Amino acid sequence: MHQDWIWGLVGGLMIGAGAGVYLLVNGRIMGASGIIGGLIDGSGRDTVSERVAFLGGLIAVPPLLVPLYKVVDTHVTSSIWVIVAAGVLVGLGTRLANGCTSGHGVCGISRFSLRGIVATAFYLLGGGLSLVIFRHLLGVI
Amino acid sequence: MRNFFAFLSGGLFGAGLLVAGMVDTKKVQGWLDVFGDWDPTLAFVLTGAVGVMFFVWMVAQRREKSMLGSPMPGAFPRLVDRNLVLGSLLFGAGWGMAGLCPGPAMGSLSFNGWQGWLFIIAMGVGMAIAPRVKDWLSALDRTKLEVPPCENIPEEERALAGNTSRAVAR
Repeated sequence: MHQDWIWGLVGGLMIGAGAGVYLLVNGRIMGASGIIGGLIDGSGRDTVSERVAFLGGLIAVPPLLVPLYKVVDTHVTSSIWVIVAAGVLVGLGTRLANGCTSGHGVCGISRFSLRGIVATAFYLLGGGLSLVIFRHLLGVI
Repeated sequence: MRNFFAFLSGGLFGAGLLVAGMVDTKKVQGWLDVFGDWDPTLAFVLTGAVGVMFFVWMVAQRREKSMLGSPMPGAFPRLVDRNLVLGSLLFGAGWGMAGLCPGPAMGSLSFNGWQGWLFIIAMGVGMAIAPRVKDWLSALDRTKLEVPPCENIPEEERALAGNTSRAVAR
C-alpha cells in the first residue's frame, strides 16, 4: 500500500510518454474522450484508422501485463443503474467539455491551458460531490 | 506509420494506467473521496504524466510539423464557457459514481467483466447525444437573447444588433 505512490508516479511517466509520442510523432492531442467521441459522432472521420489504432493499443496492451500481477481487481460496481448513469454522464460531460482526464488533465495542464485547468478543477469538484452525495448521503455506491 | 505510433501511444497509455493502478475503481474513488479513506495515488500519476508532457510541449512548441510531417495542433480555443464548466461537472459526477473515466474504461475492458462493456456502451450513448444537447443549450441562449431586449429599439439598431449577435454566434 505504501508503495502505491511510486507505481503511480512510474505509471504517470508512462502515460506522459504515450501522450508525448502522440503529440510529437502524430501531431495530435492524446485525449481518450476525443479519440472515442470522434468515432461516435463522425467528427473524426478523416482520422479513423489512427483513432482505431490508438484504441487498439489501449485495449490490447494492458492485458499482456496483467499476468505480472497476482490479481488485478478493478473493484468495479455490479449495480446496473450506477454503471449506466455513470457511463452516460461521462460520455455526455466529456463531449460537452471537449475533454477528460487525459486531454484536459494531462495534455492541458502541462501547457498551462486555462481551459484545461478550469475543466480539471470542475471535474474534480464534480467527482468529490458525487462521492459525498452517492456514497456518504445516499449510500448507493 | 501513423497507425503504428498511434498503437504504441495507446499501448503506453494503457500500460501506464495499469502500472499506476488507475484501472482500479477503488483507487480512483479513493482519491475523490476526500471525506472517506483518502488515497493520494492519483495525484502522483497526474504529476508524472504532466511532468513528462511539460517538457514535450517545450519541444512541440518549437516545431511547425510533427515528426511524420502532419501539422501540429494549434489555435486552441481559449474561451472558458458554460459547456466546459457544465460538461466537466457532469463528467466528474459520473467519474465519481463508477470510478471510471474514458481512458481506464478502455484500458481495463479486457478484464473488467460485463460491467466494463456496459459502461462503454452507456458512455457511447452519452457521447452520441452530446451534439444534440449542445444544440439544445445554444438554442436556449438564442431565445433568451432575442426576445425581450429588441422591443423598444429603433429599426436600424435592431438590424445592427441582429448582425452583431450573428457575428458573435459565428
